[in-house]
Amino acid sequence: MQPLTAMRPRASLPRDPAPSKWKYRYQRWMLTPGVRGLIRFGGPLAIIGIVAVSWYSHDENRALVAATVAQAKATIQQRPEFMISAMQVEGATEDLAASVALVLPMSFPVSSFELDLETMRKRVEALDGIRSARVRLGDAGKLMVDITPRVPVAVWRDGDLLRLIDEEGVYAGFVESRTDRLDLPLIAGDGAQDHIAEALDLFKDAKPLQERMRGLVRMGERRWDIVLDRDQRILLPADGAVGALDRVIVLQQARDLLDRDVAVVDMRNPNRPTIRVNKEAAGALHRAGQTEADN
Amino acid sequence: MGDLYDSQRAMRNMRKAAMQRGVIAILDIGTSKIACLVLRFDGPETFRGADGVGSLAGQSSFRVIGAATTRSRGVKFGEVDAMQETERAIRTAVQAAQKMANVRVDHVIACLAGGRPKSYGLDGSVDIANGLVTDGDIGRVMAACDLPDYGAERDVLHAQPVNFALDHRSGMADPRGQIGNQLNCDMHMLTVDSVALQNIFFCIKRCDLELAGIASSAYASGISSLVEDEQELGAACIDLGGGSTGISVFMKKHMIYADAVRMGGDHVTSDISMGLSVPMATAERIKTFYGGIVATGMDDREMIEIGGDTGDYEHDRRTVSRAELIGIMRPRVEEILEEVRVRLDAAGFEHLPSHQIVLTGGGSQIPGLDGLASKILGQQVRLGRPLRVQGLPQAAIGPAFSSAVGLTLFAAHPQDEWWDFEIPVDNYSGRSLKRAVKWFKDNW
Repeated sequence: MQPLTAMRPRASLPRDPAPSKWKYRYQRWMLTPGVRGLIRFGGPLAIIGIVAVSWYSHDENRALVAATVAQAKATIQQRPEFMISAMQVEGATEDLAASVALVLPMSFPVSSFELDLETMRKRVEALDGIRSARVRLGDAGKLMVDITPRVPVAVWRDGDLLRLIDEEGVYAGFVESRTDRLDLPLIAGDGAQDHIAEALDLFKDAKPLQERMRGLVRMGERRWDIVLDRDQRILLPADGAVGALDRVIVLQQARDLLDRDVAVVDMRNPNRPTIRVNKEAAGALHRAGQTEADN
Repeated sequence: MGDLYDSQRAMRNMRKAAMQRGVIAILDIGTSKIACLVLRFDGPETFRGADGVGSLAGQSSFRVIGAATTRSRGVKFGEVDAMQETERAIRTAVQAAQKMANVRVDHVIACLAGGRPKSYGLDGSVDIANGLVTDGDIGRVMAACDLPDYGAERDVLHAQPVNFALDHRSGMADPRGQIGNQLNCDMHMLTVDSVALQNIFFCIKRCDLELAGIASSAYASGISSLVEDEQELGAACIDLGGGSTGISVFMKKHMIYADAVRMGGDHVTSDISMGLSVPMATAERIKTFYGGIVATGMDDREMIEIGGDTGDYEHDRRTVSRAELIGIMRPRVEEILEEVRVRLDAAGFEHLPSHQIVLTGGGSQIPGLDGLASKILGQQVRLGRPLRVQGLPQAAIGPAFSSAVGLTLFAAHPQDEWWDFEIPVDNYSGRSLKRAVKWFKDNW
């Protein structure tokens, strides 16, 4: 039955706002510093990331990004400050400079960002006749190539070719004919290029014979022969070649050994130097001996 | 004893962990309200040395960053009566305080108002081995105190050394490093019902909080509302709470006696409710607005609308004079104070050099209470308010918050208790390992 008096609002106690267990836990969880940080920074970052990824997943957008980046890059790289307009080769002869220009084909002007100096340096150093090179960007938009050329110390006859060789035994170029570089000694034979130092020592030692000397021949990749004009040869031992040569020179100075009709001076056995005389000389010697015996 | 030792030590470690984190909550689970304060330990004195109490009575190390109170439900006589309701009320208070502090709190220091506290004075004595009192000797003398048989279903809440005596010299605060032959120790031990304690443990656990310490609410009120000289010279603090009235007697800055009367402001309210036949909520409102102890002629003429919503005009327009209300309230307040008087007499309060009595707690705000109390309890009665702590909101500085404020002091600087000292090696349960270590130390 309905009460006949008017319904009054109950003078009830203020409802106690006790949180439910899960609400309480949720609030505590949200007050945890790590979670707060995650929501404060992680949430916005995640939204930004999602938007960025979804935008980037379209092909045209990716292309746009790539084009923009490329253009921006080009704008910077093509600035006049970065442009290289000339190349200057220093420390090389004209021939060498020309061959350097050949291995570094470039159409100037070019941006310095597009140059790979290390590769260029290696290519230049790969050239015969160049000992080392420095490639750098110089002032006023110049590409500077500083070259230390190889200094040829000998001519090496390799078959029909006449190669120039430096003191490390590395090729330093070619010559057309021997007469082009008469100032350099001539060496020949297999393995001669690996013993340049020894050859140079011999040349230095053989100064008194220089006018008659035609060259050094490496024999059996083990020892040297000195070839003189008139087809004379001095056979040097593998060890102590310089000493043996000295003895020959002394003999030459004392007895004019090499001015005689000697074909070969064999110094290979240091205890027993041997000479081979020419046929006529041998005959003459033989005859002289007979005459002496007859007398 | 080992069990108690372990759980109290665990709470001390928890408190240390909370200090490291810098945030700790105070939970005063009372019969009429549950108060939660969130403290942040970041003051200039947080990391000072261990000796003594810092400036501002050690309060400069913390400040209150969150405070909330809620109507308590499910608590009777200061004990948990309905677990679920209490848990909900604790959750409400903790949530609101956390929200204000804007920080998550994991560690809680709580106080227990009920549980039929019982005080024991213990004493023990040991011989000092090498003439110099060390930390180990303090532990030993405390272990030497003979425990009374306090009953199986009771637990030790506080066990504080109150006094040390070395040979003939008594009244020492800290005998360490002094020379003597015999060390005596007086200890005050407070036991409460295990069930009441476990219920609070359990409630707090169910709120996902860790208990970092528990104190008697009478003790907490005492340290917050007694001023320093009262604590030194001897005084009693009467905490007139909702469901129970706590009594703590202090002397030389130590609590030497604590008790509780299982009556409080809620009984006054229920008397009013019964006497005027109004709901409890209305009775509470009438009590707080118009309540008093001493009737004057004016009170006969001051009529109070007590209301009602039955729809019966005569019933809903009832009025009582304030004198009638006072007539209802006074006998109950007198009864409470008489009971307090009996407890104090039993404790031998009159033998103390100073008979200062401080009334605090929500019930102490009844006008005229100090007059009545001085008739019953003695001449030296004053109304006490808790100490001011930094950051405490204006709404929480009243005497109703004295035990909450006391707990903040307890949190910042707990007094050394039995379990803060090393257990002597020879009655420790895990002694074999320690013995092995000791043997190695002695022989190598």
